Amino acid sequence: MGRRSFFLRLASRLEGPQTLGRGWRFWVGAAVVLALASAYPLVTDSYTVGNTVYFFNWVFMALGLCVIWGYGGALSFGQTAFFGIAGYAYGVITLNWGADYGLTLWATLAAVALSAIVAAVLGYFLFFGRISGVFLGIVTLAVTLVLERFMAQTAGPEWHIGAARLNGFNGMNGMPNLTVPWPGDNDPLVLAPDLPLYYFVLALLVIIYLALRILVNSSFGNVLVAIRENSERATMLGYDVRKYQLAAFVIGSSLAGLSGVLYTTWGQYITPSSMGITAAALPIVWVAVGGRSDLTATLLGTILLIGGFQALTVYGSQYALVVMGLLLVVTVLLAPEGLILALAYLPQRVFRRGARDPA
Amino acid sequence: MFDAIVGFLYQFGDASAFLVLCASGLAIIFGMMGVINLAHGEFIMAGAYMTVTVAKLGAPLPLAIVCGALFAGLIGILLERFVIRHLYGRPLDTIVATWGISLIASQGTLILLGPSLADISTPLGSVQIGSLSYSVYRFVLMATAAAILAGLYLLFNFTRFGVLARATIQVPHMAEALGVNTRFIYSLTFGIGAALAGATGGLYAPTMTLVPTMGAQFITEAFVTVVTGGGDVFVGTAPAGVILGFIRAAMTTWEGQLAGQIGLLIAVIIVIRVLPRGISGLILRERT
Repeated sequence: MGRRSFFLRLASRLEGPQTLGRGWRFWVGAAVVLALASAYPLVTDSYTVGNTVYFFNWVFMALGLCVIWGYGGALSFGQTAFFGIAGYAYGVITLNWGADYGLTLWATLAAVALSAIVAAVLGYFLFFGRISGVFLGIVTLAVTLVLERFMAQTAGPEWHIGAARLNGFNGMNGMPNLTVPWPGDNDPLVLAPDLPLYYFVLALLVIIYLALRILVNSSFGNVLVAIRENSERATMLGYDVRKYQLAAFVIGSSLAGLSGVLYTTWGQYITPSSMGITAAALPIVWVAVGGRSDLTATLLGTILLIGGFQALTVYGSQYALVVMGLLLVVTVLLAPEGLILALAYLPQRVFRRGARDPA
Repeated sequence: MFDAIVGFLYQFGDASAFLVLCASGLAIIFGMMGVINLAHGEFIMAGAYMTVTVAKLGAPLPLAIVCGALFAGLIGILLERFVIRHLYGRPLDTIVATWGISLIASQGTLILLGPSLADISTPLGSVQIGSLSYSVYRFVLMATAAAILAGLYLLFNFTRFGVLARATIQVPHMAEALGVNTRFIYSLTFGIGAALAGATGGLYAPTMTLVPTMGAQFITEAFVTVVTGGGDVFVGTAPAGVILGFIRAAMTTWEGQLAGQIGLLIAVIIVIRVLPRGISGLILRERT
């Protein structure tokens, strides 16, 4: 009884005031999308499957930033720092101890835990120093840039951790794919960037997405939104703003770390420039343009934008980046809540003019 | 021993001058309007590119630097008019928008002007003190940093613009009610901040390689100095530049360039834990 009602309570939090999409229509739609996503690899070639996994890899970081920024109101520019830390940590662990006995899964956990610890230490100084919005962005960005510069100068042979050379600007490579113990003949199952990794990452994405929906509709999420709306009022109501923001920061940064590990296993390399200023700008673009205050909008926006970015990269990444920059400026000026959210609210606005104040 | 002391003082002066120069434009815009301009590095880049272009046409370097500053200032005023003005009161949106602009500017420069611009050599040669020689141009940079601070002090304290600007900082709507054109003041201030960034770019252009992403080399230091200093240029940015310059010079002498940067970063993280409003917050506590 107790156990069952606990799960029912969790399930009831899948929808609530902090997430768009409710009722059977939404969930049927979500199930259809999931079914299509599951069937997609069967109708396309292995290169496209690997490429789609690459899209999915980044979504975790975007969802994490959505929690920190969209729900918590704390703008972190430094999510790629945690991405890089976890990616490098995965590399160091697996290059030293190999990939047998499901060790890669433990390495993933350890790498994500490391990024969470770094986030907790940095976040302690930031949130307990009561750093306000703008400064938070600057300090996290400064940390990221210094970390990038540090990793970029580790080219010499003296920079190694155990057997793992850091390799400076060229980055680490040769990390093993994720492997999971698997019953039957093909033990262990190697999650190469093809069907196995696709289904693994898709399953992870569904789990994290649903878990975050539960999180933001729980009392924790409601307090977080209250802090975003008016942190003084939240303090007066007896909530320790610092702890909630720190918790959101750690959760979001762990998700950035997860993206980092998945990216590392996907391409079997990680470079300092994956943390640099251009890389750090992209999660902001995805989350801001999609719609930062809703998980679903962020999810869709991120996948669409990465797809668009890749299509434009054919002409050269500088053109794609200019377009991303333009999108960001246009979004902030014309639809501050995000383009996807603006579209979602459009029917409401047209039919009930004046009823809803966008500010 | 004498050499070591002079060498350290030189490093210290150089680091402080660098921090003060690259942060003052950012600090003025921040202190005045609460806007953090993430495109600051790109203003520096614009100033450097313009300076080098003009210098290559045969103009003397000081004139070229003035051109660089004016060019960056003009871009700043246009940017304020078309983007920033619509975002006052939304500091997080401003920082995001200026980041978008920074992406457009650096990548756009890459598209239009290619991956690098041929640079000009450092002028003025070197001078021998003790048994070591030092670049004279670096001493010029130190003097310029001091002169710019003095100039800003005069501008904000002894001119009509300064009075109106300070009135606008303190109580914007009251200033407006008294007939101050606050929009114009904001526009001009943003232009001054951008021009200072452009001047910084121009001043450092002869000492470094010009690439479209060169702004990124300045902004970390600029941010760190502004965060440490707080909202006021004179009692914040200037002392922060000197203190951080000392830390950076000490760390650099001890362990090298990167240790200097990491030392700065650790210093700033500790400072914000102790003094969330920076040095000027501490000094101006009685006044607020």
